[in-house]
Amino acid sequence: MTTQVAISGHEADHSGPNYIAVFIYLAILTGVELGVYAAGLPQVAKVGLLVALAWAKAVLVAMYFMHLAMEKRALAVIAIIPVVLVTFLCFMLLPDLTTRMWTRFDHKIGVTNPAEMGANPVAPPPRPLPKH
Amino acid sequence: MSEAAAVETHDPGVAPADQLEPSLTPGNLGKLGMWTFLAGDAMTFGAAIAAYGALRINNPNWPTPADYLGITTTAVMTFILICSSVTMVEALSAIQRGRMPTYRNFMALTVLGGLTFLGMQAFEWHHLIEIKGMSIKRDLFDATFFILTGFHGCHVFGGVVYNSVLLIRGMTGKLTPAKANLVEVAGLYWHFVDLVWILIFTFIYLI
Repeated sequence: MTTQVAISGHEADHSGPNYIAVFIYLAILTGVELGVYAAGLPQVAKVGLLVALAWAKAVLVAMYFMHLAMEKRALAVIAIIPVVLVTFLCFMLLPDLTTRMWTRFDHKIGVTNPAEMGANPVAPPPRPLPKH
Repeated sequence: MSEAAAVETHDPGVAPADQLEPSLTPGNLGKLGMWTFLAGDAMTFGAAIAAYGALRINNPNWPTPADYLGITTTAVMTFILICSSVTMVEALSAIQRGRMPTYRNFMALTVLGGLTFLGMQAFEWHHLIEIKGMSIKRDLFDATFFILTGFHGCHVFGGVVYNSVLLIRGMTGKLTPAKANLVEVAGLYWHFVDLVWILIFTFIYLI
């Protein structure tokens, strides 16, 4: 009886999460991503859904394949720091981006030069589609 | 004397030895070092993806990625990388249980998955450069695509070499279950490569 408990306890040490279940979730989420991509949704909804799905997959990999769910909290702090910093970096870019977007769609100004409208002055013209 | 010792033991200002942060050992030093490296690497990828987003939003003539990039091929590449992550965790589980033949099989599959990914990426790049005329020098769309996917491809190549070394050490008997932590540290790197590709697939290809 004692031996059985010891063996089962030893097995429990290495049991870990159900990796096949995580794999199935990841495969399903990838399929859903492709479905959202092909569904012809409005751009805002499409981008929002795809970003949410990508983060869900990334969190699954970090939590279960990289064992963050079972590790000490200190490692999770190390892992979360770059996420916070990159989010902060995106917010730092926002003032520039939002200003350009506001001016681009502000028709009251009456400007005709695309550069003055906020578009990137060095942006190349639309290029022709490739030959398939 | 014994009373004084008892008083010292129960001093509320001193934490018992078993509650102190344990010292770094070879067993956890590698894991901490790899996590620290991955945090820095994540900042590099994060900054690159943020820069890509800023360039794209500022450019009203940004091409639609699907007009140039093969979504189906890349979806298969994503699936292969996810599969190789599963074989990596199974390899770790096997060596922790002392099942070396199973470890070698799963680690070989992991290396094979990485090589397949690199082969498909080489095929994709060849198609884009030779058939569709893309070039890193042509415009920002091409440059950001090649830099981001190329930087990630370098990571995959590094992971394949890393895993191959562990596979060979396992085949020659130099890697034993007592050193399973080496496989765990390598697994952290490999899963990070998978995680980054998941984000690149969404931001570069799908959106």
